[in-house]
Amino acid sequence: MFRNQYDTDVTVWSPEGRLLQVEYAMESVKQGSAVVGLRSSTHVVIGALKRSVNELSSHQKKLMAIDDHVAIGIAGLTADARSIAKWMRNECLNHRYVYGGPLPAGRLVRDLADRHQRTTQTYVRRPYGVGLLVAACDGKGPALYQTCPSGNVHEFFAAAIGARSQGGKTYLEKHFEGLEGESEDALVMHALRALGACVSGDQELTEDNGSIAVVGPDGTKILEGKELRSFLDRLEAEGGGGGEEREAGPEGGGDGVEAMEM
Amino acid sequence: MHTTFHTQSDNARFSCSPLEKFTTRLLYLFLSVIMSLSLPGGPAAHSKMAVGAPSASALQRTRRPMVTGSSVLGIKYAGGVMLASDTLCSYGSMAKFKDARRITAIGGRESFDATSGAPLPPSHPTLLGGGGEYSDYQAIVDMLRSDATAEYCADDGHFQSPEETWSYLRAVMYQRRNKMNPLWNDLIVAGCDPTTKVPFLGSVDKIGTAYTDDVMATGFGSYIAVPIMRERFRADMEEGEARALLEDCMRVLFYRDCRALNRIVIAKATADGGCLVSEPYELETSWDAKSFVSDKAGLGTDGGW
Repeated sequence: MFRNQYDTDVTVWSPEGRLLQVEYAMESVKQGSAVVGLRSSTHVVIGALKRSVNELSSHQKKLMAIDDHVAIGIAGLTADARSIAKWMRNECLNHRYVYGGPLPAGRLVRDLADRHQRTTQTYVRRPYGVGLLVAACDGKGPALYQTCPSGNVHEFFAAAIGARSQGGKTYLEKHFEGLEGESEDALVMHALRALGACVSGDQELTEDNGSIAVVGPDGTKILEGKELRSFLDRLEAEGGGGGEEREAGPEGGGDGVEAMEM
Repeated sequence: MHTTFHTQSDNARFSCSPLEKFTTRLLYLFLSVIMSLSLPGGPAAHSKMAVGAPSASALQRTRRPMVTGSSVLGIKYAGGVMLASDTLCSYGSMAKFKDARRITAIGGRESFDATSGAPLPPSHPTLLGGGGEYSDYQAIVDMLRSDATAEYCADDGHFQSPEETWSYLRAVMYQRRNKMNPLWNDLIVAGCDPTTKVPFLGSVDKIGTAYTDDVMATGFGSYIAVPIMRERFRADMEEGEARALLEDCMRVLFYRDCRALNRIVIAKATADGGCLVSEPYELETSWDAKSFVSDKAGLGTDGGW
């Protein structure tokens, strides 16, 4: 009822105590295509479903390497994400120059959250219209963080954001407790299965629209295109990955159909 | 009773090699000419200076040290790293401050006693030993302490390892050198890494040269003590051996360095995270050596070394 009166400026509260501009910015994240993330005791993997504007165009990159120990997956306004990625890379690089080692990811993410918050409390700016999944592996081990335009940052065992991410969340909720000791390859397969639960009705997960980033003790790598082939073959053999099959892995589960509707 | 020779020139206490002295002076001459032609003053001066102020009064940068410490020695041994320095700060050739602490333990993981809540000594701190301008050394210690406090407040389990502190000081010293306003110190950074437990020993000088090795010395020690330490160093040295070696080197430095004292401090940082900076104590010295007493060419003690 009050939404239209109190939503023109980010510095205006609604009577219910909400910042409507910030909430609208969070809607923008839900418009972006799905990104999933999960971690074991050694590695963090994020997977993203890349969109292409039409058949003639390329698929929009959604995974970016920030440093040897940090990678991000984005959902929302890509231009905002690139600005954030540039800042993160700069911070990591400066830290390496001055201190000779990797920037602790918790500090990077905390400062990132502060930057997000500043945009929600200034008259002349707007919130960032992008949510990130930050995968990091530093001295304290692997960690996965989710940021949102409000400036809130939480650490997750597994997370999924973007359009139709509920299917991915359902898969991850079922499997996250067993992830602790999984190998890097097994984690990638989990990520692809979670991603497969996020594709829309007639789409399927292919080497063009899928992408995976792995962050571990020996660095960051991004798998796209042909590098995904072997993983996608295994996924197909299991019967997952989109199309008609909505099974979330060999264990099966009837949630896939409901997830599609959301 | 002994005689000290005060024949050293001003520049000797900077402990530069002759080539470095020459090129440094040439550089200063060249740059002072350049700077007198452009808007003078470093960053500090800009904030105080209005446009149009006379150029002569605006130059505010370190040109020479006033109160100086001499050598700091460092050595790795089995299970840790050890530093030694004397407790003298000289005011030119005057032995003015005889209880100056030139080795400090900074940072590390803070923890508190579970029952009483009293603070425990931090684990895996960084030892910082400094020669050169004492006020700059104190400023650096303050800076590192405030960084350690900020880290404690961040409360995220991370704190600077000694190697990161060494890298940070390298960046600071080099940046100050580039502004032609150096922190006039030769620093030794030591400690054991909190994750790998490996002992670390590194140095940074006033122009930002960063170096790591198993044995280290600054000032006069780099000429006199390093050869002795290199000859007797072994990777598996016991703590007692390492300490005896450092004491011998400090004793030789007292004999040969006119700005040294026989009152020394030893500090150690061990792989288990413990750290100790000793109270000062005096070294026994003997001036009976033939070369100190003998009559050379009939000139008595003025005859030479």
